[in-house]
Amino acid sequence: MNEAILIAILVTVVGAATPILLAGLGELVVEKAGVLNLGVEGMMLVGAVTGFAVTTMTGATFIGIVAAGLAGAGASMIFGFLTLTLTANQVATGLALTIFGVGLSSLIGAGFVGQTVTVIGPLFPPALAEHEHLRILFGYDPVVYFSFAMTLVVAWFLRRTRAGLILRAVGENDASAHSIGYSVIGVRYMAVAFGGAMAGIGGCYYSLFLTPMWAERLTAGRGWIALALVVFAAWKPMRLLAGAYLFGVVMTLELHAKAAGFEYVPPEFLAAMPYLATIVVLALISLRKSVGAQAPACLGKPFKPST
Amino acid sequence: MSDGTTRRLDLKGITKAFPGVLANDDVSFSVAPGEIHALLGENGAGKSTLVKMIYGIMQPDAGEIRFDGELVHVASPKAARAMGVGMVFQHFSLFEPMTVLENIALGLDEAISYADLEARIRQVLKTYNLSLDPHRTVATLSVGERQRIEIVRALLLEPRLLIMDEPTSVLTPQEVAQLFDTLRALAARGCSILYISHKLHEIVELCHSATILRGGRVVAECDPRAESSRSMAEMMIGGALKEIEKAADRSFGVERFIVGGLSLEADDAFGTSLKDISFSVRAGEIFGVAGVAGNGQNELMLALSGERSVESAGAICIDGNPVGTLDAEKRRRYGLCAVPEERNGHGAVPGFSLSDNAILTARTRKNMVRLGVIDAGVAESYTNEVIGGFAVKTTGAKAPASSLSGGNLQKFIMGREIMQAPDVLVVSQPTWGVDAGAAAAIHQELVDLAARGSAIVVISQDLDELMAISDTMAVMNEGKLSRTLAVGEASVDEIGLLMGGVHGDPDATADYTGATHAA
Repeated sequence: MNEAILIAILVTVVGAATPILLAGLGELVVEKAGVLNLGVEGMMLVGAVTGFAVTTMTGATFIGIVAAGLAGAGASMIFGFLTLTLTANQVATGLALTIFGVGLSSLIGAGFVGQTVTVIGPLFPPALAEHEHLRILFGYDPVVYFSFAMTLVVAWFLRRTRAGLILRAVGENDASAHSIGYSVIGVRYMAVAFGGAMAGIGGCYYSLFLTPMWAERLTAGRGWIALALVVFAAWKPMRLLAGAYLFGVVMTLELHAKAAGFEYVPPEFLAAMPYLATIVVLALISLRKSVGAQAPACLGKPFKPST
Repeated sequence: MSDGTTRRLDLKGITKAFPGVLANDDVSFSVAPGEIHALLGENGAGKSTLVKMIYGIMQPDAGEIRFDGELVHVASPKAARAMGVGMVFQHFSLFEPMTVLENIALGLDEAISYADLEARIRQVLKTYNLSLDPHRTVATLSVGERQRIEIVRALLLEPRLLIMDEPTSVLTPQEVAQLFDTLRALAARGCSILYISHKLHEIVELCHSATILRGGRVVAECDPRAESSRSMAEMMIGGALKEIEKAADRSFGVERFIVGGLSLEADDAFGTSLKDISFSVRAGEIFGVAGVAGNGQNELMLALSGERSVESAGAICIDGNPVGTLDAEKRRRYGLCAVPEERNGHGAVPGFSLSDNAILTARTRKNMVRLGVIDAGVAESYTNEVIGGFAVKTTGAKAPASSLSGGNLQKFIMGREIMQAPDVLVVSQPTWGVDAGAAAAIHQELVDLAARGSAIVVISQDLDELMAISDTMAVMNEGKLSRTLAVGEASVDEIGLLMGGVHGDPDATADYTGATHAA
């Protein structure tokens, strides 16, 4: 395997890891607040189609990305209203959100199928971004660097800030947080909106940078991988970063094995690898009984404040 | 107030209704600066609702709250704290995976740096002579230490009124004494304390005045120093308190329940392993197991009831039959029934009807199953017997367990086991959170069951309870059981010393826990 191929693989890994890292970070914050939103896939699709549509119409990638974030947050507010205000079952509502997102994105995207879009290039000047070796570090679009920055921001927010402390408290013991006087529902709404925005931005990474075009079910189940990543990362942002890149490698190997004419295993099996890896990882984690790796105690439980 | 002195807290005509029940009905009383004021009442008398309104968790439907003479509207706990009201809850508002420092930071409304906060915490700890490590994770702390977090959290705000809701239910006598010292020091600095407790002798010892609630109304005000526990209990229940009737000339029969060399590894990181536990209980005897929570009582309960079987069959014998390796259902066939500490979710399934809950443990001994099919009629008539026999307040056998108040559900669960006429009954915390009237009824039933020849083991943190009903008792500390003491010969001080506490002086307890069992 020569050097050029290796560099090409590395660059593809970054591309594959970025959207699931973004969506995973959002879901991590949501789950830390004690909410299980299984609608990541749906929110990513809504973000993907919105980002594509807005960028096509305005010609400005940045506006498209912001719109994708807003659209994801908007979709998450449907979930928020049903589960937080109406205390509906979070699992069922999350699944419904995914189905809704698939349908809505297909509807919105019907007029955009087959179109292409021009988006902004790498963040750094060509001397760095197109350099034979340095492009490993500098050859990416701004969203990639945004995902790294957000990893650090989320880690810092949860560990170091008072707002992060309150968010974790809400996820660990909602009744206590309420009795101390924090707005459990308010904190959870904000967390869910953040999760939606991050999923939306993660979703538009497919339609704007990876493909770049719109097709139905463009995210192809990556939202589920992002969900699994959160558990894999034991709700720790830095571990989520590592996990996203690990899955990025698995997903990329499939592509490159196909391209290299690797025929010993059926391509369907290779395509299933990331999902198989997800199941294996989740099974292994559930076997491990370490205190540090425990889910937030109130994860998925509806909260009804006493009045 | 008309006498010219400003009252710290002055309530007038506080009324609060919930659907179907008037929780507080025209409640008025006042607390002076530096006064320790007791709020007494049975479960459901409206104490919790009342303090929740003072602390801003709920809003009254009618009535006024005055604080230092000013009419206030307490919109939220935050507003209450800003005003100078602190509260220590019965159920701690703690976050287990977080540190003491983080927990205290969460209780403060202002954001201050951890370094400054730690300095302030250490200052409070020093002022009130309390010990607590700010960097420990809450999950690793004893109940007494957890309560100290809540107290420090409240004290940091320099409150002018501190509300304590059932603060001593989980503490050792020594910890209670230490808590009282802290509260007295606080009162001496001018802080008023509103003290809620079921333990009337503590009220007598600590409080300057008392307001007694029954059915949401103030029924009496008194000076506890001039009253007895008994007279206050009677004011609470509105009638004469029944004495536990124990035959003076009772005698014990053969050893029915023998535990020898019982050891069991804890199955989680925070549990306590049992180490070589031996005791025996005779027919007609009530054997009490005292100790501070977390010293292996949970594991002992699991091992005795059969929820966790042990390796050696002979470690637990019922009437000579080794049952150590059997599960709970098989042990029931040998006549062993059990009542765990946790009512909801362990002793009963909250979403099941009382009748279904009866089937869960009484199906074998009460022949509720024929050829694998449940006989609903038998189950229902047994459930009704329990409801009648134990005066359980409920709408009937079909009512879900979750619809019963804690005390009523406990009466039902106790009744369900006792009316199966077990040869051996093992109960944990039989009157936890149960009011004086119901507790007396449960105690009497236990004594009566023993009088009919059963052997009973009562695991409890409430020393008064064990002293009142047990014939013999022993103390658990760090997974070991002390020698057996005859009740009457053991003093509270001696037992308190045996209880030691999680961070007690090991030398002080070694003499007792090291002593071999002598039944």
